[in-house]
Amino acid sequence: MNIQEMILTLQKHWSDQGCILMQAYDVEKGAGTMSPYTFLRAIGPEPWNVAYVEPSRRPADGRYGDNPNRLYQHHQFQVIMKPSPDNIQELYLDSLKSLGIDPLEHDIRFVEDNWENPSLGCAGLGWEVWLDGMEITQFTYFQQVGGLECKPVSVEITYGIERLASYIQDKENVFELEWTNGFTVHDIFYQPEFEHSKYTFETSDPDMLFNLFGVYEKEAKRQMDEGLVHPAYDYVLKCSHVFNVLDARGAISVTERTAYIGRMRNLARQVAKTFYEEREKLGFPILNRKGDAAHE
Amino acid sequence: MSKDLLLEIGLEEMPARFVTQSMKQLGEKVSAYLTELNIEFGEVHTFSTPRRLAVIVKNVSEAQADIDEEAKGPAKKIAQTEDGEWSKAAIGFAKGQGMTTDDIYFKEIKGVEYAHVKKFIKGQETAALLSGLEQVILSLTFGKNMRWGSSDIRYVRPIKWVVALFGQNVIPFSVADAQAGTETAGHRFLGERVGIQEASAYVDTLKQQFVVVDPTERRNMILAGLKQLEQKNNWTIPVDESLLEEVNNLVEYPTALSGSFNEEFLELPEEVLITSMKEHQRYFPVKKADGTLLPHFITIRNGNSHAIDKVSRGNEKVLRARLADADFFYKEDQKTPIADSLQKLEKIVYHEKIGTLSEKVTRIRRITANMAELMNETNEIKSLADRAAEICKFDLVTQMVYEFPELQGIMGEKYARQKGEKEEVAVAVNEHYMPRSADDSVPSTKTGALVSIADKLDTITACFAVGIIPTGSQDPYALRRQAAGIVQIMMEHNWNVTHSALISAAIEEVLADNIGDKDAKALQAEISSFFALRIKHILQEKGIRYDIIEAVLTKTGTLSDMEETAAVLMNHKEDTDFKETMEALSRVVNISKKADGGRDVNPALFENDQETALYNEYVKLQNEWEKTNAAEDRYQLLAVLKPAIERYFDNTMVMAEEEAVKQNRLAVMQHLACIILDFAEVPAVLVK
Repeated sequence: MNIQEMILTLQKHWSDQGCILMQAYDVEKGAGTMSPYTFLRAIGPEPWNVAYVEPSRRPADGRYGDNPNRLYQHHQFQVIMKPSPDNIQELYLDSLKSLGIDPLEHDIRFVEDNWENPSLGCAGLGWEVWLDGMEITQFTYFQQVGGLECKPVSVEITYGIERLASYIQDKENVFELEWTNGFTVHDIFYQPEFEHSKYTFETSDPDMLFNLFGVYEKEAKRQMDEGLVHPAYDYVLKCSHVFNVLDARGAISVTERTAYIGRMRNLARQVAKTFYEEREKLGFPILNRKGDAAHE
Repeated sequence: MSKDLLLEIGLEEMPARFVTQSMKQLGEKVSAYLTELNIEFGEVHTFSTPRRLAVIVKNVSEAQADIDEEAKGPAKKIAQTEDGEWSKAAIGFAKGQGMTTDDIYFKEIKGVEYAHVKKFIKGQETAALLSGLEQVILSLTFGKNMRWGSSDIRYVRPIKWVVALFGQNVIPFSVADAQAGTETAGHRFLGERVGIQEASAYVDTLKQQFVVVDPTERRNMILAGLKQLEQKNNWTIPVDESLLEEVNNLVEYPTALSGSFNEEFLELPEEVLITSMKEHQRYFPVKKADGTLLPHFITIRNGNSHAIDKVSRGNEKVLRARLADADFFYKEDQKTPIADSLQKLEKIVYHEKIGTLSEKVTRIRRITANMAELMNETNEIKSLADRAAEICKFDLVTQMVYEFPELQGIMGEKYARQKGEKEEVAVAVNEHYMPRSADDSVPSTKTGALVSIADKLDTITACFAVGIIPTGSQDPYALRRQAAGIVQIMMEHNWNVTHSALISAAIEEVLADNIGDKDAKALQAEISSFFALRIKHILQEKGIRYDIIEAVLTKTGTLSDMEETAAVLMNHKEDTDFKETMEALSRVVNISKKADGGRDVNPALFENDQETALYNEYVKLQNEWEKTNAAEDRYQLLAVLKPAIERYFDNTMVMAEEEAVKQNRLAVMQHLACIILDFAEVPAVLVK
């Protein structure tokens, strides 16, 4: 099964479970969790069921396209269901079956893994799912997002698409994976991998990036003061990406590092709080919709 | 009449580390619940898998035991007036027992008549009481709890089902949306949902569904699987107990299988291979009979042997990727000179108020040098220790340690040796982390011990200086363990220097770096009392009685002396004259507190022979005292004073009326007490 078919299969599977199929969010980010479709929507009492593919940038993992396992940008298939359904583990295992993974021919285990992202004020409990010893999915019950207690609790399922594909297609090198008929990951992503690595480690302009961080931070705060959560959050994401590039570049000194993370955490907490307040002002519309079958 | 009770809590996969203790807890809490209800029961058997905690209680009585007892009330003269009317006290007593005054009768106890009533409470039927098990389930505590869905319950993982049977009947209650019933879940993939008729069918019914609920049986299956692979392939598979325990709690139906990796990877250090297999993949490494690693591993599958080759190939692929990474890191690290690594430490913050790792290393060097000076070490040791201190943290920035943090020190030692460092220096890079836990051994070399203590002292002192002080369960920098480590090293290496002197040396260097804003005196006091608690704890662990610990803690000497003195007191505490000896010495110490201090003794003022005799003993003692520092010798020197002290007090009033005589006597007491206290705070020793 090629990656395109995998994505289509997962989309179909989660769509059948009542998830809204979203597209990737158009601001750079390090993980699907940082998409507003997860970070913001996990906050507050409103139900929320979505699935989407999220290209995730990890500048420090850039290897100029040389490493068989590491990528500047990989893809996550992200599912959020709030409140977490009772049969969520079964729904997940069914998704693996739909990808052609027969549990009777493998060793599938749920191994404790608690997830924390201090810079976003997030914490969750759950597992990494092992397929014959390989971690293929992060499975997390959110307990806290942006410093706020989650109530009800969202469950987040994050499939590492390239990981899973390397298993399904039995390839040792991520660049040999078939994306779709006639196209490999190499065909599509090798050049950007190389260029982004070169950019990150060699040609990026730290002064400009430091400057941008400050500008973005200021703008995030300004928009928050206006009660405009989404524009504000976009700027938080930009701060985070700029920080990741600077960090990978080795441009952030020790003392600065903690301070930058603290600044982002404050922004994230502020956004989370503002988002809750704004939804509350609107009367939590999704929660209070009548006759809504899709969101029980 | 009795029946068996079965309670099973079905959960989403629990963290392996919580399974065993939660199972025990369930057994204990169900037993306690039945005991509290006055329901008799027989044997208690507990079961667990990652997805369930269960208990079977045999022969649970079908009813509570009847209560048939006599309650005692007020004395007759209080219970009744002279005319035989019941008093308020009597009415209250009867009412309190759920009866009336008609039920009261009198009974004599030690010559006094008291009001009594006979109480009889018929025990209720057990079946009606068991729904309280809901609270028992919710009362279990775990290291980490979570919420899920819209539920407010906090539990280790979501509760999916509950089986609760008394005999063949379902106990009616529900927990977190799960209604207790007869139905349980078999193995996730090999089994199906199935009803349990009664407790006795529990184990076998689930076994048919590929769930082995008895952890001991599962463990034996794993061990048998390992044995079989050993015999078939002529391998040795060392069984790591904690890995076995963890793996056992990750599976419901274990099947052992083996896989292989490329022989080239055997060139990696053994620790790297073992960490990759054990810590990251929960594999058992495979060895030859002579103990060298073989390119194979064992994993325990949660399932049967169907398609086992496929599972093995999958696991091989994962390990191959991990080892390829490790191999890459190992080769890269070998290309990096130590000096480059040390430079990178400048970029790593240890703590924002304490500074970078590089600054910490510089301080460790200075503290090491101060310590070596205090201890009059040879120039050779000084220079080895200095180099060891300088490079003790370099491996933290190697790629291997970044990827495998648990190998810190271990990789440092290997790399240091490869990069041409002296053997003692290489060993010290690893040993400076020792003791890594309470059970770990202390550094074997002087160099390792010096750097280990300097590093730990620096951490403790710097943390205290910026206000990171352990409280209750909060000790993020493990300062208690580090202080305990220092104490262990100093005791085992028999160091002839006091811990206070070392603490001052560290304080000086920490303050020189402008860390925190406390002054040296305040810091010394805080850190000393912190150490006192650690020392107390360690002496307790060594089996020293608490009062003897108190008696030696005030000693200003070395830790070894403290430990030795405590041991001597422990040895003598059963001697026939121990009590009297301690009492005699204590008497001297206690009365000496009345002295003004600083006076010389004037023998001309003595009024009786006993005074002269004791004084002569003192002079002799003073001469002998410094000739030895063995605690046993010193104990003997003090013990021989006993008769002289006793005779002295029998014949002498220290607090004499004449001031000059009194002061002179107190001066003798004080001089003597000074020596006694140098041995121990004798009055703290309890004698019966």
